Amino acid sequence: MATLVFLEHHEGELEKRGLAVLSKAASLGGEVAGAVLGAGVGDVAATAGRFGASAVYVCEDPALGAPLPQPRVDALERLVRDQGFDTVLFAQSILASDVAAGLAARLEAGLNWDLSDLVQQDGALVGKRPALGDSVYVDVGWRGEPRIGLFRSGAFDPVETGGEARVESFSATFQDFSLAATMVEQAHEERTGPSIEDAEIVVAGGRGLGKPENFALLEELAKELGGAVGATRAVVDAGWYPYGSQVGQTGKTVSPKLYIACGISGAIQHKVGMQNSNVIVSINKDGNAPIFEYSDLGVVGDVQEILPKLTELVRQRKGA
Amino acid sequence: MSPVRPADFPPPFAAGDALAEPTDPEDERIDVGVLIVGGGPAGLACAVRLGQLLEENPRLAERLGEVPVAVLEKGKAPGSHLLSGAVVNPRSLRRLFRGRKTIEDMPTYGPVHAESVLFLTPRGALRIPTPPTMTNDGNYVASLSELGRWLAEQAEESGVTILPETAADKLLVTGGRVVGARTGDKGRGREGQPLGNFEPGADVVARVTVLAEGTQGHLTGAALEHFDLGGENPQVWALGVKEVWRVPKRLDRVIHTLGWPLRKASRFREFGGCWIYPMGDDMVSIGFVVGLDYRDVELSAHDLLQELKTHPRVRRILEGGERLAWGAKTIPEGGFVSLPKRLHAPGLMICGDGAGMVNVPALKGVHYAVESGRLAAEAAFAALQPGRTAWTRGALEPYDASVRESFIWKDLQQVRNMRQAFGRGFWMGGALAGMMTATKGKLPPGNARTEHDAEHALLRSGRARQYPAPDGKLTFDKLSSVFVSGNKTRDDQPDHIRVQREVPIDLAEMWAAMCPAQVYEVGEGSGDGTVTVAITPSNCVQCGAITAKGGRLTPPEGGSGPEYTLT
Amino acid sequence: MKIAVCVKQVPEAVKRIDPGTKRLDRSGQGALNPYDANAVEEALRLRDGAGGGEVVVLSLGPPGTVDALRKTLAMGADRAVLVSDEGAVGSDLLATSYALARALEREGADLVLFGQQSGDADGAVLWAAVADRLGRPVISQAAELTLADGSVTGKRQSEFGYDVIRAPLPAVVAVADSINEPRYPSLKGIMGAKKKPQETLSLAELGVEPERSGKAGSRTEVLALGEPPSRGESRMIENGAGAPEQIVEFLVEKRLV
Repeated sequence: MATLVFLEHHEGELEKRGLAVLSKAASLGGEVAGAVLGAGVGDVAATAGRFGASAVYVCEDPALGAPLPQPRVDALERLVRDQGFDTVLFAQSILASDVAAGLAARLEAGLNWDLSDLVQQDGALVGKRPALGDSVYVDVGWRGEPRIGLFRSGAFDPVETGGEARVESFSATFQDFSLAATMVEQAHEERTGPSIEDAEIVVAGGRGLGKPENFALLEELAKELGGAVGATRAVVDAGWYPYGSQVGQTGKTVSPKLYIACGISGAIQHKVGMQNSNVIVSINKDGNAPIFEYSDLGVVGDVQEILPKLTELVRQRKGA
Repeated sequence: MSPVRPADFPPPFAAGDALAEPTDPEDERIDVGVLIVGGGPAGLACAVRLGQLLEENPRLAERLGEVPVAVLEKGKAPGSHLLSGAVVNPRSLRRLFRGRKTIEDMPTYGPVHAESVLFLTPRGALRIPTPPTMTNDGNYVASLSELGRWLAEQAEESGVTILPETAADKLLVTGGRVVGARTGDKGRGREGQPLGNFEPGADVVARVTVLAEGTQGHLTGAALEHFDLGGENPQVWALGVKEVWRVPKRLDRVIHTLGWPLRKASRFREFGGCWIYPMGDDMVSIGFVVGLDYRDVELSAHDLLQELKTHPRVRRILEGGERLAWGAKTIPEGGFVSLPKRLHAPGLMICGDGAGMVNVPALKGVHYAVESGRLAAEAAFAALQPGRTAWTRGALEPYDASVRESFIWKDLQQVRNMRQAFGRGFWMGGALAGMMTATKGKLPPGNARTEHDAEHALLRSGRARQYPAPDGKLTFDKLSSVFVSGNKTRDDQPDHIRVQREVPIDLAEMWAAMCPAQVYEVGEGSGDGTVTVAITPSNCVQCGAITAKGGRLTPPEGGSGPEYTLT
Repeated sequence: MKIAVCVKQVPEAVKRIDPGTKRLDRSGQGALNPYDANAVEEALRLRDGAGGGEVVVLSLGPPGTVDALRKTLAMGADRAVLVSDEGAVGSDLLATSYALARALEREGADLVLFGQQSGDADGAVLWAAVADRLGRPVISQAAELTLADGSVTGKRQSEFGYDVIRAPLPAVVAVADSINEPRYPSLKGIMGAKKKPQETLSLAELGVEPERSGKAGSRTEVLALGEPPSRGESRMIENGAGAPEQIVEFLVEKRLV
């Protein structure tokens, strides 16, 4: 197996999510290489080597200056054809999904997306992914090669195995249409926090909070954790928090790495909006609340007492 | 403290709220030939029959304009708000499609092969002979929701325009004539404010308007009052709660039960029972019905169904299965004595459950709905002939006459006092019912009286203690049930429920227990025995129970509510 | 100005995968994919803002898809094209994007719009594959869209703030659901929808070879269905002085803090 992993970078460093996929690829065996496209890539070889790549292919063509997908399709096509990779893997991002899909069309290769795992099974590569609002799991496969896979966020953590990667520069030619779109402006905004859809951590509140003022406690904790604040339909109906933060059947569906549910009973209307969070921690005074049936950690207690102390402890840890 | 009667706390609603003159400028009005409000069996039968008549009379069809027949349906699609047992008497459907389709062409689960009536005790069941009024020989098990979808397809094929996700908000009346209906607004927020995609309703103007809204019809209620069409006796209702299950073992018979978990003593006024019908080889329909004249604050039809499922005989049928659907709807139970004294007004006809055409002992209403819809179509067709209108005096009288001459009237007259007899308790009711059956309605003589469901004073008995705790496999909580009804109502819209918001705690608790969808909750108390009522309108499955017990349901934004497919 | 919108009908009721075919059970009622409603709405706004043009809605799906298409016509789209063929059943991204690209070439639109994702398979990949096949620039996740001087400019949220991307027409754009609030069709719109042109094409009529469609044209497959991995042991803590500390311990253990 010869696998190529698309590695995104920002301000000279490789993105963690790409390194996570790299570790996964390395664990499956065969040759594993990374592809880093665009300028200012610093000491990438060393980093990629530590996470399982034996080679890193770099292209710094000005056409790849802006984080736009189509020139990357051209570059990866060249790389795949020249080096004969049979598998190309991506970690979910807006850019990565556009590149993966464009590449699939270009190479007439199968693309399986939203993967939460990838395994060798009976001599074939098999992907695992959730479907139907995360209510079922599906085994997916590829016919023919190359095989393209796009992993969902937070599927793995990067695992350092140590090692070295050699760097190879390569050049690519670009289609006219690939160069047609231009990045007019890229703004870095000072954001108060991630949006609820993108957040890796969500701290959500329900009626069990007792009063709207208690959302301030959740905001403090979310700020400390770098997360977003969510709300149930009941409290949004009551005007305690804006509709944009509503999680559930008639609100948003989120699947963060961590969902902390405060004073939420966990009726199914809410559950379907967050059931696929990686880790669910619930705090509720009522020990019989349904949410405890699908939480990883359930705390029977008072949010008003627990949250301030929890926030302080997290603050201390982060400071240390 | 004196006992609380829901009727003492009437809702902030008047019939006039649902009536209006047309207000849209002429060029913005929507002109149709015949407007049918309600895409259920009555409305769609009317549409189908009109479609047939207009196919045979293209000149009249042309005169009726671009849209000869339109059906307004407030659910997401025809069938979304339809729920019934159901064991359907096929005679009306056969008549409606005579020469075109047979019952085998229609979506049913086949004819009834066998049936039992059981009297349940907490752990046992006694088989009792099937009362003659309840035999189902020759009848078919069906899902009314599926039948509705099929009827809508037939109607559309013959040129009828069906307008789903469209609520009829007001009856348009001008100069004493009904001239159509105004549809509801869409895109208003919780406070009534127009949102970014606000779309106002429209005046749909028609030469004939047929109200086929089903139980607790919004415009029907207003029309009955405004045109003074009400009968001598107020209408009374029952609340039915239903589930559809996939089951591992085929059920071989239609089952009806009486007795447990309802109580026989007359002071409780608990009239009702349960049904279990096979739907093909691998599904069953199971439902529970209870009269809304009950008195116990803690009575919850939703939880009585859950309790019923724990009975060994019932559990056996469902074990190893999976709940596929849930829903709730009220059934008019007044029967003959509660029918309107007239079913028409200038430009207007009323059909089906909206008029109360239900045979309670036989548990049948679908075939009356279909027949009344067909008769309304015939009358509309006649009234629209050249040189005539539906607004002249007596123009729609033939509709009333044809209904009175039909089997609808004959059947309802025969069983006219049965439901009321059970108001005197189970044993007395049973005895009276037996007498009525044996004499085909001649004894006891006269007509019983009904009282509004909301008139009966509330009492408490600790009933809630017996409801099973939901286990998520056999028994479920209300919010899970609402989820399975397909309800995904948009939250940010005006509250469509009209109730007083500060009431005695007994009343608030009664509403909270009554509502199968957990719309009402007891809020803050003010220390003097009154509490506020907290409402979650987006849970509402529009069953109509609140209207029978001191409040008033109005239609929310079109497309809201349940999305039934199997009920 | 001709704008094409690619839409999909998704099952409405409780969704299930047919264990026999391992495909989404589309036998029940369907509805317009809610994310596609945003794309249709945007197309209508752009058309009306440009003072005229045509909005044509395309879909690849079973015959019942006409319901979803009719809704777009009721919203104000001008024309609908349905590609429906038994041979297309079981098409994956490759086969679907190929058929759609052929249909779009036939239309020759200035702008092709997609919705953010498909409600059923949650795929956010179709437009990039279609754009590559058409040889057109692509902008995705646009939360704001403007047309001027033969080009389209999209603004979208990024990880770090926002991006503004411009592409010359003809181009392909996928819109985010935050871009607009789709309008409710008016009654007149619903009634007028029936009269608007709707055509249904087979794959052959579109020039799509049988080997490029359906299972034959796909390079991925569904092998098996299963239960989601169980959450595993869940731990409970009763209220006590040490609860916050125990929570932090747990989070550290899970490498979340």
